[in-house]
Amino acid sequence: MPAALAVSGLAKTYGAVEALKGVDLDVREGELVGLLGPNGAGKSTLVKIACGLVRPTAGQAMVCGERAGSIAARRALGYLAEFFRFPGWTSAEELLRLHQRLTASAGGEAERRELLDLVGLADARDRRVEEMSKGMQQRLGIAQALVGAPRLLLLDEPTSALDPVGRRTVRALLEELRRRGVSVLLNSHLLSEVELVCDRVAILLAGAVVAAGTPSELARPRGVEIETDDGKQLHRDAHREDVPKLVAGLVNEGRPVYSVQVLTSTLEEAYVEAVGGETE
Amino acid sequence: MSAVLTVAGYGLREALRRKVFAVVCLLTVAFLGLYWVGNRYTFHHVGQIVPPAGVDAPTFAGAFLFGMAMFGTLFLGVVLAIFLTLGVVRGDAERGLLQPLVVRPVGRSTVLVARFLGAGAVCVPYVLAIYFATMVLTGLEGSWWPDRIVTPGLELAGAVLVVAALSLLGSVFLSSIANGIAIFMLFGAGLVAGLLGNIGHALNSGGLVHAAKIAAWAVPFEALYQDALRSITENTSGLTGFLLRLGPFGGAEQGGVALRLWAVAYLAIVGAIALAGFARRDL
Repeated sequence: MPAALAVSGLAKTYGAVEALKGVDLDVREGELVGLLGPNGAGKSTLVKIACGLVRPTAGQAMVCGERAGSIAARRALGYLAEFFRFPGWTSAEELLRLHQRLTASAGGEAERRELLDLVGLADARDRRVEEMSKGMQQRLGIAQALVGAPRLLLLDEPTSALDPVGRRTVRALLEELRRRGVSVLLNSHLLSEVELVCDRVAILLAGAVVAAGTPSELARPRGVEIETDDGKQLHRDAHREDVPKLVAGLVNEGRPVYSVQVLTSTLEEAYVEAVGGETE
Repeated sequence: MSAVLTVAGYGLREALRRKVFAVVCLLTVAFLGLYWVGNRYTFHHVGQIVPPAGVDAPTFAGAFLFGMAMFGTLFLGVVLAIFLTLGVVRGDAERGLLQPLVVRPVGRSTVLVARFLGAGAVCVPYVLAIYFATMVLTGLEGSWWPDRIVTPGLELAGAVLVVAALSLLGSVFLSSIANGIAIFMLFGAGLVAGLLGNIGHALNSGGLVHAAKIAAWAVPFEALYQDALRSITENTSGLTGFLLRLGPFGGAEQGGVALRLWAVAYLAIVGAIALAGFARRDL
């Protein structure tokens, strides 16, 4: 089975600006991949190429084995843009019905009800978009992206306008999608969120992937910290496997050991290290 | 086809919910009311004046008033067409409205064609409705009827379709405001070309007539409008016909079948350029 998203050698230039410089990235079936990077790193450009909104300068992107941008590829994906707007005059129900027609979804009212339930908008089905908060619109956007049961979901900053409860709703939704086997490419600035839900993470910087792997692979060991009667001591080169030997040595010396902590860097620390502290 | 109808219906529902139709209907009723008052007073007084020898006053008044109504109809239709289409691509993309539609498996060409058909489905019936309403008002008040009944109305509707197509093309490359300004200025330039043609005919200036004709065919909404004006007094001759064709609401230039064929070809060319531009556009 082809990958839900297979990107190889992808490059995009806007005039003199190189937004992407030969990016390789795969999102396998049922996998949830987080895309991280500072503003201007090329994350949104990559997502837009994957859904056919932007044409690549070089390289290729395939969605479920079909060329990105083709009708077949678009049939397989759902997309929520970072900056999107739905017509204010339409209700949640009408919007989903419109997208059901456009995707030729046969889900009918059952699908609409399920999607609104899934994003916590069951009570707002008849409310007009212009009467919704930004957070509600964002959740409606996620429901809209899920119309037609796409195999690949491309979410560009889906939680930027959500409060903590809304974020938790989306996190639960992403876990539910993983359970259903939907592949997700999640473009987000919220590292804690990515760390919690993503199977793999890719960090983009200036149009190139500078780090990739599982969150635990990216979070590198930073030594072992042991607290004795002499205070806390950091053994920088030590790993988890070295702990029994270190503790045994201290006990043999007659030193009381109060606590032992194996230190690893967080995804945030790995991210900051990967992008060299760049924010723009 | 189903996707075309869905997107066209979406555009029409937007116009309906945004109260575009309500505002347009209200202002159109005001326009028709004013036009009726103008007809009533004109035909009441026209019997009391003594026109120059060779001028049939009721015919002159009827054709002049109805020519003015045709200009009003064209103008209102053009305003409607421009406002329904000026932001279809770049304007909607800048506001984030277009992307959720375009990523669906319907194709960009479908979206563009559907928006054109949606605008046409509003503008064509609207133009025809005002055209026939003003004709009936003039006919009932002044007992004057145009020499050709249906063709001029269809040409006016065609002229509005040409403007809608140009506005859609502009929306691919220009922001909403720039596009609106550009199309209105183009419309104004076309009207000026038509008036220059009238002056050229009155002065018997071949050069001026030729230049005006090239300009009017370059933007064929003007040539269609001129042909429609000419058609309503097609069989009116003598000094009455001469004076009508000299005035601002009389068509001096006849286009005929060649013009109608050119207008269809023009729509196809404009449509093809718009589709090609939209297909290459990054959103």
